[in-house]
Amino acid sequence: MSAVLNSETKKVLTDPLVSNNPITLQVLGICSALAVTSQMSTSLIMAIALTSVTACSSAAISSIRNHIPGSIRIIVQMTIIASLVIVVDQILKAFAYEISKQLSVFVGLIITNCIVMGRAEAYAMKNPPMASFIDGIGNGLGYSLILIIIAFFRELLGSGKLLGIEIFPLVKDGGWYEPNGMMLLPPSAFFLIAFIIWVFRQWKPEQNEPADFKIMDISHGEGGHH
Amino acid sequence: MPNGRLKEQLDKCEHYQKLNAYLDKSESYQKFDAYKNKVLALGNDSLEKTIAVALSLCFVCAILVSFSAVVLRPLQIENKAMDMKKNILDVAGLLDEDTDIHQAFADQIEEKLVDIITGDYVEDMDAVGYDQRKAAKDPAQNITLDSNSDIASIKRKAKIAKVYLVKKGDTIQSIILPMHGYGLWSTMYGFLALEADGQTVKSINFYDQAETPGLGGEVVNPNWRALWQGKKVYDDAGEPVLKLVKGVVDTNRPGSEFQVDGLAGATLTSNGVSNLVKYWMSAEGFAPYLDKIRNDG
Repeated sequence: MSAVLNSETKKVLTDPLVSNNPITLQVLGICSALAVTSQMSTSLIMAIALTSVTACSSAAISSIRNHIPGSIRIIVQMTIIASLVIVVDQILKAFAYEISKQLSVFVGLIITNCIVMGRAEAYAMKNPPMASFIDGIGNGLGYSLILIIIAFFRELLGSGKLLGIEIFPLVKDGGWYEPNGMMLLPPSAFFLIAFIIWVFRQWKPEQNEPADFKIMDISHGEGGHH
Repeated sequence: MPNGRLKEQLDKCEHYQKLNAYLDKSESYQKFDAYKNKVLALGNDSLEKTIAVALSLCFVCAILVSFSAVVLRPLQIENKAMDMKKNILDVAGLLDEDTDIHQAFADQIEEKLVDIITGDYVEDMDAVGYDQRKAAKDPAQNITLDSNSDIASIKRKAKIAKVYLVKKGDTIQSIILPMHGYGLWSTMYGFLALEADGQTVKSINFYDQAETPGLGGEVVNPNWRALWQGKKVYDDAGEPVLKLVKGVVDTNRPGSEFQVDGLAGATLTSNGVSNLVKYWMSAEGFAPYLDKIRNDG
């Protein structure tokens, strides 16, 4: 088993963290990133749920990849993903009831999360189970990383807490911190995601896409070609 | 290949050998095995393989899902019951951070069944095991409402309601009544706690709702819920008039004791709350029961 952490595996595992992050580079999974990040606790549970579903579904799909008929390929993937999500939802309801109430529909919506589907179709259909499993973990961790960064700022600035523990004493409880209510609303996650994308692209300029078209230079463009 | 090593280990295992020997003798397994090999050898796009893969996938997934649902069901039921008790203690004002919920509930809360039409206690049924939400769906135990009286949009209600009493000695401290009604997206389930006079509100909470988070979902906000304390339900004529109003209630104006601030940006949820309070406090709901409590002193 010493071969598990060879350089290829390491790349599969760490690439999705920054260089090929599913949220910041591929801009997938935004919906849940907006919805569940107003608190650290819900984000952590969501991150664990998504990572385990991505890893297990990729491994399961990859193990039967040579026998999946092309015509029902997507249905087969969806069935496997949906079953795993239901299992995760049942487990949360049994062991983390309070948090499952807060996450409400968003656990069920992992089924339609583009990251899970994307990894199944792009990686698991072409690679062996173990590699697919690790690829799922890697992409899940990439998603988790962004979720936790966003939740950190939203909970800290929006309610002065981290994981429910008071960091900044609030004005209404006699402290000094006036919470920023916008941080508790989903749009603030948009700004934070955009900011993180900007930071990542400053750090790794190769993530910038080439411009779709070039604006014509006015001084030469006047009159066009002869 | 880890598969090869796993197989070696398995082959050494005595039970596995026995199982194999048994399967080798079994005629139906032989048939199954032959069919399996035949299907696996088929082209992926043949009709037979497509159907075989779809069916076996469904079979495996169904087993996985039902297994997890059945195994975890007792824990989930336990969680739900615990959450319900927590909410009842909360609305009664008996919940601290370190309260032992089961203990506190057993010690301080008395569960009673009430006939919704007459307002009398029902003594010949087991109150603890009774589930009002289930009864509301059972044709033998429910009443279908006509659309004129159904202001809370609940369509049917249970004939017997479950109320919770907090008592000190023999005197009632608070009466906790279950209510539900439709908001914007969801049926909101909650409790209203009244003082022993059946008129003054102690607290309200909603334990099951799916209104818009941040807007209608603010029905669970402790600051908003605190506004209910001390409000009155019935006017001099005995009509339930407590409701939510747009904006902030001016407490100096007469009649403000019958009004609670509406939820900003959630008019339909606010209407839903007003309607469900009105419905459950009316003669259709708990008014007959509250009359009896007041008369018995």
